[in-house]
Amino acid sequence: MVEAILVEGLLYGIMALGVFITFRILDFPDLSVDGTFPLGAVIMAVSIVNGVPLALALLLAFAGGTAAGAVTATIHNKLGVPNLLAGILTMTMLWSVNIRILGNRANLSLLRNETILSAVTERLEMVMPRQWAVFLFFVAVGLGVKFLLDLFFHTDMGLTLGAMGDNQQMVVSQGVNPEWMKVIGVGLSNGLVAVSGAFAAQFQGFADVNMGQGIVVSGLASVMIGEFLLRSNKIGVLTFRVLLGSIVYRGIMYLGRYYGYHINLTPNDLRLLTGLLIVGSLIVSRYRSDRGESARLRKSIRAARQERRAKDTG
Amino acid sequence: MIQLDSVSKTFHPGTVNEVQALQPVNLRVSQGDFITVIGSNGAGKSTLFNLIAGTYPPSTGSIEINDIDVTKQPEYRRARHIGRIFQDPMLGTAGNMKLEDNMMVAYRKGFKGLRISLNRAMREQFRSGLVDLGMGLENRMKDNVRLLSGGQRQALTLLMMVISKPTLVLLDEHTAALDPQNASIVLELTQRYVDEYGLTAMMITHNMQHAIDYGNRLLMMDKGEVILDMSGPEKSRLTVGGLVDRFHRIRRRDLESDKARLS
Repeated sequence: MVEAILVEGLLYGIMALGVFITFRILDFPDLSVDGTFPLGAVIMAVSIVNGVPLALALLLAFAGGTAAGAVTATIHNKLGVPNLLAGILTMTMLWSVNIRILGNRANLSLLRNETILSAVTERLEMVMPRQWAVFLFFVAVGLGVKFLLDLFFHTDMGLTLGAMGDNQQMVVSQGVNPEWMKVIGVGLSNGLVAVSGAFAAQFQGFADVNMGQGIVVSGLASVMIGEFLLRSNKIGVLTFRVLLGSIVYRGIMYLGRYYGYHINLTPNDLRLLTGLLIVGSLIVSRYRSDRGESARLRKSIRAARQERRAKDTG
Repeated sequence: MIQLDSVSKTFHPGTVNEVQALQPVNLRVSQGDFITVIGSNGAGKSTLFNLIAGTYPPSTGSIEINDIDVTKQPEYRRARHIGRIFQDPMLGTAGNMKLEDNMMVAYRKGFKGLRISLNRAMREQFRSGLVDLGMGLENRMKDNVRLLSGGQRQALTLLMMVISKPTLVLLDEHTAALDPQNASIVLELTQRYVDEYGLTAMMITHNMQHAIDYGNRLLMMDKGEVILDMSGPEKSRLTVGGLVDRFHRIRRRDLESDKARLS
């Protein structure tokens, strides 16, 4: 059970990292994720079935996701469409594109084909059981992606991306075209989401055009849960807490799925649960910042009073 | 070095809301000029700055920087030559990022690659710049800029602008949002950087005394026109009273209300 949660958490954690880039760093709430997640899955599945080398297939999935993200950013940049609507447009179009990629089918099974996961587990068969191999593989992939991202956000370009989400005028004043920065940022985010989708298809043994439904909300929930667990302004901690949040989120969903029947919860209720999780985190974070504000106010009033008293007596 | 030829701006042309914010203006800024710009609200000072910076294109005329026509260049492209500081201290820095990260973003103008430039040598350079500010910011390089006060943030913005080595500096009432003490600190800092780095600068201010005390050239604007352009000994002899008289003679109207707004 525990390793199932960890595996799911890390697998979908790569997607959550993508959501984190757009929602938290770029301040560009991007909904194309619901389309790019299955896009990665179907590109991977079709490539595997057609005998494309596995590494190349994964690269294709990443490139496909990046291209779709670039489309969203370009619609937003060039047509002046709000970023939310641009994402919805791309997501809607991708549904048809994904069915085309699968050859006018809605799903494709991978059960008899060699995938990255089956290749890894076969190689480690002598050393450890399958579950452990899968678990270690996803630990390596999740942390690997995290470290690459950390490195990226330390580069000049990464820092500029962070500055743009905060204050676009500042980036413009530094002679950087904000449109290009959005294409790069949203592209990178959706590339990661597609990679996550590619792994999800291999993990569950099939790709389905509907596997992206509601995925952006689950990613956002993971990001927000992570923000509860750790506080920092270091990028390494920020990305780590996204993975952590994803694992906790999958844990909650796991409990809902397997023990929810005690309180009459069915798998169909899990999306409601996800939404409530987000609303709950919003309420708590709001309460926290209110409390911080009123504490600051009280402190300044007290200081002013003391000063007055000191003046009166002195 | 900067050349404006009959540059004008009309907002909402052809509608009932048509406003001519700037009458055609010709202006030549030479290397090393420090120009102060005064005028009441709606005089066209910010419009002039926005046209030079490229926030929007002019309705007529052309703008050249270093003999290159930049009239059609977007703001981000021109920004490679221009350092601009706004009245709002929040606009110059990214609050949710560390001090050193902010400085790194400002250090090199133009497209940023995948290089990791923020190393120990770079931090040392930033630190010595911060020591010069005399605000103790050199010990807070890992803090988020959000935690700084408005005056500290504006001083940091000034330093970040200077290390990016711009051709022209536009200061858009950059001390107006600060308390008098911080405002004078930031103004002194401005003067020091202008002297030290030989900057070419234009500074909007609402304070006549500052407009007279700083810079080697003074522009007075009113209703979208440059009505006074003084430099050299003529400017250095100016007093607030003399400036008001000049304005009165040019405009032939009572300045009492404007005086109240300007001082």
